[in-house]
Amino acid sequence: MLKLLKYALYDILKSRFAIIYTVFLALVAISIYQVSDDLSKVSLSLMNIMIMIVPLISAVFATTHFYNNLEFIELMLAQPVKRSQVFLSQLFAVILMLSLSILFGFGLPMLLWGADSSLITLLAVGVILSAVFTGFAFLASVLTRDKAKAIGISLALWIYFSLVYDGFVLYIIYSFADYPLEKATLGLVMLNPVDLGRILMLMQLDISALMGYTGAFFQKFFSSNMGLFIAGGTLALWMLFPNFFALRVFRKRDF
Amino acid sequence: MIWYQIRIMKRYLTVFLLLLFLVSTAEGFSTVIRISPGQSIQEAVDRAMPGDTLRVAPGTYPQSGIVIRKSLVLIGEDYPVLDGEMKGNVLVIAADNVTIQGFKIINTGKSNMDDSAGIKFFDSKNCVIRDNILENAFFGLHFSNSSGLTIIGNQIHSGAVREFEVGNGIHLWKCKNSFIGNNEVSGHRDGIYLEFVTNTQAKENLIQKNMRYGLHFMFSHDNSYIRNTFKNNGAGVAVMYTKNVLMKENRFEENWGSSAYGILLKDISDSEVIGNIFLKNTVGIYMEGSSRIEFTGNTFRENGWALKLMASCDQNTFKANNFTQNTFDMSSNGSVVLNTITENYWDKYEGYDLDKDYVGDVPYRPINLYSVIVEKIPAAVMLWRSFLVTLLDRMEKILPTMTPDQMIDQSPKMRPYDIG
Repeated sequence: MLKLLKYALYDILKSRFAIIYTVFLALVAISIYQVSDDLSKVSLSLMNIMIMIVPLISAVFATTHFYNNLEFIELMLAQPVKRSQVFLSQLFAVILMLSLSILFGFGLPMLLWGADSSLITLLAVGVILSAVFTGFAFLASVLTRDKAKAIGISLALWIYFSLVYDGFVLYIIYSFADYPLEKATLGLVMLNPVDLGRILMLMQLDISALMGYTGAFFQKFFSSNMGLFIAGGTLALWMLFPNFFALRVFRKRDF
Repeated sequence: MIWYQIRIMKRYLTVFLLLLFLVSTAEGFSTVIRISPGQSIQEAVDRAMPGDTLRVAPGTYPQSGIVIRKSLVLIGEDYPVLDGEMKGNVLVIAADNVTIQGFKIINTGKSNMDDSAGIKFFDSKNCVIRDNILENAFFGLHFSNSSGLTIIGNQIHSGAVREFEVGNGIHLWKCKNSFIGNNEVSGHRDGIYLEFVTNTQAKENLIQKNMRYGLHFMFSHDNSYIRNTFKNNGAGVAVMYTKNVLMKENRFEENWGSSAYGILLKDISDSEVIGNIFLKNTVGIYMEGSSRIEFTGNTFRENGWALKLMASCDQNTFKANNFTQNTFDMSSNGSVVLNTITENYWDKYEGYDLDKDYVGDVPYRPINLYSVIVEKIPAAVMLWRSFLVTLLDRMEKILPTMTPDQMIDQSPKMRPYDIG
């Protein structure tokens, strides 16, 4: 397993994508740090970029990676190793690389120019979103045999979670505006890892004072131990569920 | 005959001179009474004649409920401490021409029954309260039905933790023709509270970290507020039911919280708000039911909302203000617009200026779609900063459908005004 992971990681590093991604994130972070002097502004801008970019890159990169390594995977499957180990080594390699890119790309400028708790949350949310969307991408990859189709499914999932779902939520809120919606919206937030990550970030910033009654309700929920536990548990489920499902399909798939 | 007249004149002259002498010595006889620790200030006050000066030596005087009913000048030397020992008022004054200067007044009672205060005035005229230090008072300075007050250079601080444990710093009820200047108030309920106060000026006061409002007035017409700083108060500044107010060059800073406002204007009319700075407030200005107010030369910087202009406001003018780095420039709860917004600088303006007259060629819309949605459905705030909302705002900018189409600045400036 460790040996497989090592080869997979080595393979990713060879593709130079990891370096480009890290440098890109670092450049974004550096430019934002240069433009604004206020830490909470920095984390807001970084969050805006991260919420969009990180899931997209994760989804696309994980899908292409899977198909690029399909031959290697097939070769490994001919060896006396467990299928789950082959799958998990690829999965962990991708998640590890994406996470490290975020940690280095965003983390180094933070070490240089300072960070607060909101920026630490930002890093954590970034890592979690990478894991979630890598899971989706692998699921899409094992479900189809066509690379283009798999990328299509990954992108569709990305669009769904960062755009369509929010439109759907807005529609629900609009339709039921006369009812107390705080708990309902909280539930809706839990059903989308991107939204959950965004709200967790916003709650860390003092800008949450602008969010009125709903904001205060969220603030109360996410600052309680129970709320943090539920949010953390939900995010963990979001990370585990697609990966687990992909693993199950992979095990039974006929290559 | 002539001699007789001269004699009479001489007599008159003598009498006149005698009178003059008496009057002048009466002035001269206005004595200075010295009080040192251990003596009762109340007894000294009772013995004194109107016009006397009482000089209080340094030290601690554990005395409360001192009542003054004649024109006296009380001067503390090197801040003698009047300790109320948590019982009622410390000084109670009901007389004209009283001066209280240089005292340190601590530990009044804490009761809403008698509104315990450090210094309390009733029915007084032309009094001066200057350079006193008040600590841990329930109300700091409390005035009712008085006029011609000069309240300058006092420092009023309270360490209360909760709002109901403390009264207002400077409290005026039914007063007129007064001046409140250079005072510092912190830790009280309201910093300055005025009710039925007219023709009064508040200048260069520093009001910060109070539980509720920095400045709070109602039914107080014809007053002016100049170069005051209201900073980090629980709910900012709230003023109501008043006309003819002048607010000039004040700073409203860091009033941050879910129900805090730089300034909340409710039913204010015929007023001027000029050259103020609104910095880092949740809401810079919140207005409802206000009419004919002119806002000129103000700076709105780093606020959540620079302006919340409710549809119940009319004939207000916003001209030549700077709006920079606010999360939202403006929001409103209706589509009817009866106010004028013109010639302001907006840092979010993306128009162009072909004829180089420093005025943008296309109008600016200060209200964006999302703030309209949130005003209608507060729960929609959960989508804040999501990709969808950014996209919707972009589309609305190009093709306005939901935002009030008259709420526009027809001549937005390309460059900020050089004000603060």
